[in-house]
Amino acid sequence: MDINIKTAQTVKSPIMSAKNVDVFYGKKQAIDDVNLDIPENQITALIGPSGCGKSTFLRCFNRMNDTISICRVTGNIYFAEQDIYDPKIDVVALRARIGMVFQKANPFPKSIFENVAYGPRIHGLAENKEHLEDIVNTSLKRAGLYDEVFERLDESGTGLSGGQQQRLCIARAIAVDPQVILMDEPCSALDPIATAVVEDLMEQMREKYTIVIVTHSMAQAARVSQQTAFFHLGKLVEHGETDKIFTNPDDLRTQNYISGKIG
Amino acid sequence: MTDYTLTTSPSLKRRHAKETRFKWYGRIAILIALSFLAFMFSAIIFRGAGAFQQTKISLEVTFTQDIIDPNGERDPQVLASANYRPLLIRALSKTFPEITARRDKKHLYKLLSSGAVFEMGKMVNHNPNMIGTTQTIWLPASSEVDLFMKGKIDANLDESQRRLDDKKMSYIETLKQSGLIKKKFNTAFFSHGDSREPEMAGILGAALGSFFSLLVCFVIAFPLGILTAVYLEEYAKKTKLTDVIEVNINNLAAVPSIVFGLLGLSIFLGVFHIPRSTPLVGGMVLALMTLPTIIIAARASLRSVPYTIREAAYGLGASKTQATFHHVLPLAMPGMLTGTILGMAQALGETAPLLMIGMVAFIVDIPHGVTDAATSLPVQIFLWADSPEKGFVERTSAAIIVLLAFLILMNLLAVVLRKKLERRW
Repeated sequence: MDINIKTAQTVKSPIMSAKNVDVFYGKKQAIDDVNLDIPENQITALIGPSGCGKSTFLRCFNRMNDTISICRVTGNIYFAEQDIYDPKIDVVALRARIGMVFQKANPFPKSIFENVAYGPRIHGLAENKEHLEDIVNTSLKRAGLYDEVFERLDESGTGLSGGQQQRLCIARAIAVDPQVILMDEPCSALDPIATAVVEDLMEQMREKYTIVIVTHSMAQAARVSQQTAFFHLGKLVEHGETDKIFTNPDDLRTQNYISGKIG
Repeated sequence: MTDYTLTTSPSLKRRHAKETRFKWYGRIAILIALSFLAFMFSAIIFRGAGAFQQTKISLEVTFTQDIIDPNGERDPQVLASANYRPLLIRALSKTFPEITARRDKKHLYKLLSSGAVFEMGKMVNHNPNMIGTTQTIWLPASSEVDLFMKGKIDANLDESQRRLDDKKMSYIETLKQSGLIKKKFNTAFFSHGDSREPEMAGILGAALGSFFSLLVCFVIAFPLGILTAVYLEEYAKKTKLTDVIEVNINNLAAVPSIVFGLLGLSIFLGVFHIPRSTPLVGGMVLALMTLPTIIIAARASLRSVPYTIREAAYGLGASKTQATFHHVLPLAMPGMLTGTILGMAQALGETAPLLMIGMVAFIVDIPHGVTDAATSLPVQIFLWADSPEKGFVERTSAAIIVLLAFLILMNLLAVVLRKKLERRW
């Protein structure tokens, strides 16, 4: 039954797609000719051993690599049929459409409210104070944090626990109302309980958002994702539905990785 | 058989001895440093404490209209420059009725500071209604009398070797007995500018000169330093050029301050003709000197803001400027302010560059702005230390106390700011 639902969703057209993407750090090539479609309202997991380029690839989707001066990206990445590396593209608008959650929870050392309100503020999303409060509350609710913090929205975001901080960062990303959320190993610094909370949250978020997640944990990829892409040494080795990748991979390297022989 | 014992290591004793030895080396080093500091402070305070008191003589002065303002115009110019000397001699004669000889009267008058007449001029100017009345006023004694009252002139010495002759000593004795000579808090020291007479000299002029110089220095160096640091740290690409700039900024911080003085002399005075001896040009020179310190401190505090904060802002679609000014700069501000205050404290204590641009002149007037000729606290100390009058010895130390107090206050402010505003991640 579960499998049937997933099959139904794969039919949707991709919201993002990467075509012949290469990434260079100086002379070193980190990503080699990757083609990948990201289907809408699904969770796509990027897995692979350390240094395989999966984080680098993830950062191409919202052009975060632009901030690294020696990094160069070639090829095309399309978001809703627009090439995001087109010079005419406004990076600010792009990042408002494609949010990001980082490996280490990085709330601003400001109040919980200010953390979530920052995005809507700089993009002018709120018409007035009530509207802004509404956005903040909704975002916190969607991130499953509201019940824990609604009494202390004016306290510092850095005073929360690790798991709460990460959910605060998710709320902060949601507040800008993006279509895609990129997650770079969001649970790597969290304990199993906090991880489970975030994973549940991702499952709920899937209704509204498309999620691309980089993860070190194959178990996590198997639990949360519908699509899995396996990277090895900067190349996309294999991608497809999660069930297939984990049960019947085509490539020997994928098989070795998921069975724990490499990585 | 395998040996499992843990206590018989042969080197254990040696190791412990070595540790103890090093601990004591450290303690002794600290002790020596602290005792130097304690010695310095106690020497300065011991020498300078006296200057916070000034001997004053009480006189019953009749402010005669005919002498002060014969035409009754009440013109401030006339009141200030009137001849108060006869009034004082008359008042002294009243206290010492037995002295009648003209020479002795003149001698008696020397008990008072030569600045006493200016004090009277100020008094009358402040309150012209005094004219025609008789008032009991405390007037500053001369430097010799002051030194004698403070026990710095040995009464047992032979008269020929003493700075104060027998006659004056007997006058002082008489005054003492009737309670008409007293050591009072030295308000002049805090309210006067420089003077040739130690008893009339004060540090207000120098302190204000320092204040105005630092103000100019801050207004120039702080924004320039912060903007330079932000550009170099956040915007500039790492190229050969930025490397050269970085090396030169570090070099600039190590340039002897007198070189900045020479630069100020040839550029600010020579080319731009900014008025000499003013806090304006002084502050500009100090700003040049402080700039590298501020830039280095500001860059260090910008670098200490974690990159994840910038990433978080970029991830939300903030532009570089927004990320810098909304997040990075506020977080780096405490460190920047601390660095700035320390740089300013350094500038406050600086003498050499100010000598080059004429802030070493003898200036009696108290500056009212950045374009009034002025001197600064350390330069004032230098000037007084150079003076032959004995009365300046304690004033030199007192001025050092004031300067040190300001420096300690500024450093304390830096520590408090850092403690209060610093953030932890």
